[in-house]
Amino acid sequence: MKRFEYLEARTVRQAISMLQRHGENSLTVAGSTDFLVRWRAGVWNPDYVINIQRVAGLSRITYSARNGLRIGALVTIRAIEQHAAVRRHYPALAAAAASFAGVQVRNLATVGGNICNASPSGDTIPALLVFGSECKIVGADGERVVALDKFFTGPGQTVLEHGELLTEIRVPVPARNTGSHYIKHSPRGAMDIATVGVASLVSLDGRGGPCSEARIALGAVAPTPIRAYSAEDSLRGQALTQDLLIAAANIARNGVRPIDDIRGSAEHRKEIVGVLTRRTLEQAFNAAASGPLTFNEQRRLTVQAAF
Amino acid sequence: MIIGNIIMKKQLQITVNGELRQALVEPYYSLLDTLRDEMQLTGTKKGCDEGDCGACTVLLNGKPVCSCLVLAHAAHDAEVTTIEGVANGLELHPVQKAFVEHGGLQCGYCTPGIILSTVGFLESGEEPSEENIKHALGGNLCRCTGYTKVIESVLVAVKATNTASQAARE
Repeated sequence: MKRFEYLEARTVRQAISMLQRHGENSLTVAGSTDFLVRWRAGVWNPDYVINIQRVAGLSRITYSARNGLRIGALVTIRAIEQHAAVRRHYPALAAAAASFAGVQVRNLATVGGNICNASPSGDTIPALLVFGSECKIVGADGERVVALDKFFTGPGQTVLEHGELLTEIRVPVPARNTGSHYIKHSPRGAMDIATVGVASLVSLDGRGGPCSEARIALGAVAPTPIRAYSAEDSLRGQALTQDLLIAAANIARNGVRPIDDIRGSAEHRKEIVGVLTRRTLEQAFNAAASGPLTFNEQRRLTVQAAF
Repeated sequence: MIIGNIIMKKQLQITVNGELRQALVEPYYSLLDTLRDEMQLTGTKKGCDEGDCGACTVLLNGKPVCSCLVLAHAAHDAEVTTIEGVANGLELHPVQKAFVEHGGLQCGYCTPGIILSTVGFLESGEEPSEENIKHALGGNLCRCTGYTKVIESVLVAVKATNTASQAARE
């Protein structure tokens, strides 16, 4: 454990200049839920810790039918879980937030931190991926917007350059007749890291119509969260049936090359990908066809799956 | 400030259980270590020190958090409630009373954390269904009770709180 100097930024500009001044030996923290654990374990050894938790203007979450969801990087996972528009329009994201660690961590952990840690198992990421989210990044020379599926370059690796800050996540408005869901599989019902996490989204062309869009994102089965493109392609344009959903789940299952680790073997993970892809597709399809479940119904499913 | 290899401690202030407290701690100190070692509030327990067990749960600005994961200096100017601040003098909080009377604790090590999680849950406005209680307490490990009596105690506390607020309305 190496001692570090602790700095607090109050504005985005100040955070960026601190990062520039202290170079590669500095680390940005917000909720610090990952930081303190990894620092104690000797995994992260920065000379300077720059806390951005008090940076103004990054803790807002807003929804409008025109711009969709705008989530400041410092919005906590708990705030996402409890946000009425998230529960209503982005059920997969609400479910992902509700299955993230426990309340005591969700009250600290931020969505920006979950994304920038770039863990293959980060719970919010598959859900944000199926909605086609984008990241707003600010640096000394201005800002840029990067699609979330282009943000990750490897485990713990992102396109963020040193001196850049992720400031906002933009989540477009889902099409009419869209359903979505996220299920996490982990040995413990809370405070655990996903063995596998799957988010699915289904849009229908009219309530009884064919599938106009299908998106499936998988966590913890590759170096970064990934989309299951072949499985998605098998559904787009089709009149959906249970057999088609099962076939898509099998494509997703057969398309992944996970690793063996302490949380599960590669074979086990592949099986779980198949099961969770089918279940999330079923629920997304049902919600798209006959309207979403209430949040309490969703919560019941999440708790029954976990405990 | 780094002088040679020595990092200076910095002053911080936190309102703990309604009382303004100050401490001089190094940047790596957690809120948990600050409460226990610097403020002698040892009711809050250290279990895993990595955010798995929930024994260190306190309310930070009214919300349950794992105090082992909070940088002490990040809590500067915040309000913290620990188990020492839950009872009203000698009168137990309805949640504490329910746990004592309904066997919601055995060895007691996880209890301060579970009490604070429960208090936070009751104040969150979520519907106090059994599912929601399990979800709210998922981050607290107990190796004695098997959780059945814990959930029962929370349900009793829910009723007691409802009756009390109804009585206050009437």
